[in-house]
Amino acid sequence: MKRLDKELRVMVVDGLGGPMTRRGFIKRAGAAGLLVGASGFLAACGGGETTTTTAAGGGGGELAKELYFYNWSDYIAEETIPTFQDEFGVKVVYDNYSSNDTLLAKLQSGATGYDIIVPTDYMITTMLGLDLLQEIDLANVPNVANLYQRFREAPFDPGNKYSIPWQWGTTGIGYNSVKVPDFKPSWDMLWDEKYKGKITMMNEIRDVFAVALFRLGYSPNTIDPKEIEEAKQMLIAQKPVLKHYTSDTYIDELASEDSWLSHGWSGDVLQAQMENEAVLYAVPEEGSLTWVDCMCIPKGAPSKYTAEVFMNYIQQPEVAAGITNYVYYASPNEKAEEFILPEILDDPQIYPPQEVMDKLTFLEELGTDTELYNAAYQELRAS
Amino acid sequence: MARLRGHNFVVANLLMGPTMLWLVLFLILPLGVILVYSFGSRGTYGDVILGFSFDNYLRAFNPTWLPIILRSFGFAAVATILTLLLGYPLAYFIAVYGGRRKNIYLIMVMLPFWTSYLIRTYSWIVILRSQGVINTVLMWTHLTSNPIEILNTPYSVILGLTYGFLPFMTLPLYASLEKLDKSLIEAAWDLGATRFWALMKVTIPLSLPGIIAGTLLTFIPAVGDFITPDLLGGPNTMMIGNLIQQQFLSARDWAYGSALSFSLMAILLLGIFFYVRKAGAENLA
Repeated sequence: MKRLDKELRVMVVDGLGGPMTRRGFIKRAGAAGLLVGASGFLAACGGGETTTTTAAGGGGGELAKELYFYNWSDYIAEETIPTFQDEFGVKVVYDNYSSNDTLLAKLQSGATGYDIIVPTDYMITTMLGLDLLQEIDLANVPNVANLYQRFREAPFDPGNKYSIPWQWGTTGIGYNSVKVPDFKPSWDMLWDEKYKGKITMMNEIRDVFAVALFRLGYSPNTIDPKEIEEAKQMLIAQKPVLKHYTSDTYIDELASEDSWLSHGWSGDVLQAQMENEAVLYAVPEEGSLTWVDCMCIPKGAPSKYTAEVFMNYIQQPEVAAGITNYVYYASPNEKAEEFILPEILDDPQIYPPQEVMDKLTFLEELGTDTELYNAAYQELRAS
Repeated sequence: MARLRGHNFVVANLLMGPTMLWLVLFLILPLGVILVYSFGSRGTYGDVILGFSFDNYLRAFNPTWLPIILRSFGFAAVATILTLLLGYPLAYFIAVYGGRRKNIYLIMVMLPFWTSYLIRTYSWIVILRSQGVINTVLMWTHLTSNPIEILNTPYSVILGLTYGFLPFMTLPLYASLEKLDKSLIEAAWDLGATRFWALMKVTIPLSLPGIIAGTLLTFIPAVGDFITPDLLGGPNTMMIGNLIQQQFLSARDWAYGSALSFSLMAILLLGIFFYVRKAGAENLA
């Protein structure tokens, strides 16, 4: 998700030729995009107004000329935006950020003008608390019906009143299967003395604490100071075996074998895997976090209706599948399954089996209690 | 200083005006905002609730931060000394022996600025890591059997800081060495001083303004740096800059972050005040 070093890595991967499967697919998807585009064109010719077959009814309006879309870097398929532009005649202005914190800081400091942003689950609660989001007119997003049921009733926004899921993933351990032959799917691996100096943890307050809390058998959303203190002690004891705390460079480090065990996000680890086959991803048995990034409309968005039309377009099965096939994160769109490459759909690293799914939890925004974690994390880092 | 009147007064204001406006808009005003924030508190969702309390300052002077503060000042001090040791001979060489190539040498000193600091720091990762340039050469020549772990240690952070701030030290040193009257050094030789003592008693004291400027320009930003420890550091290299950055981003406690920034600024200003006074007095003696 965080992509400070994206450009550098892309250069490296492309220089090496990159994984063939992905390239091959881009070509096919391009062709599919043309077909979708053609159907849109026909619809546009027939109906006069550019409401397509899928974006029917609802509190309509005119499509704006431009749509301002603010998304995570490297988190979309190549054809997603061009196809939309061709089909709807709307120019999409696409901007990137690399962390929820950056996104929030920008919105809080008064940045307006974006029609769609893509915050992560708990951040949606935060943004709602700060009154930064607008309600979505679901009549303009009928494709929301294509979502898996659990994304229709997610705890942070039941009924998708403010958010339409984009992609989801899990947090787990990326490991080098050659260097770590005795790997078992447990958070204990990140405390293993044998791999001293080859272990990295993310530089994210709640995510780091979640690891220790899962290992202790507590909830990652606990607000019991005693449990948080216990987790802190456990994390302090881990520091001697750590290489460092990083939320972005671990992809490179896994690929170059500078780190062998990294606490990280599923899709990021899979990017390292494309460069180094020995890298694998596992969700520990003690349980772990799941997260979903969602499209939201910020207050003051210039073109709300167009944003909703775009959201609906994204939830077309072919379009949603196109993104997953490109970025290797799982799609929240159930109908997209038939268009997703089987190698992705059958990959337990991307679509975990049910017994793993049962142990996944969302992080929750804790309001003022967040300070318990902030203080504990800083004590951990200062020690 | 002579008082300015009439025409001169207008000209002076026209010359100073834009700078003053710039300073007010982009320094005084933001500092004012941070000052106001520093007395506020964190709202439920990380917004700033304005108020008037010294809580944040009381929290800022927290013994937990002592290792971070000592570490920041320690790293910055070592890096400053290293840049001085590297920069002084370099500046001296350019000023005294540069001749017609002076400008070329100076451009070479400044050349790294043409690339982003982030990219340059990233290249150090490529150089230092266990499969990196240095370790590959060491292993290939069988000088070591296992890669040396330099990256993600305090050493790599100090190295990064030294590398990053070397031009800030070299340029002011060059400026003062370049102005230095060479006949004074010759006079010292004539009066029987060895080259070593001429350097110690004449050259270095005369270039003291450059040394003061260079150390300040290096030390101050080095204390507050957060990119270098973030990229090159390990689990135990967090600096004040990281702590403050964390308040503004992941912890979303802008009020506390503001109080920390102000406390750091106060400590630095106090330090600079005494340093410049002391160094300035010696300079005159």
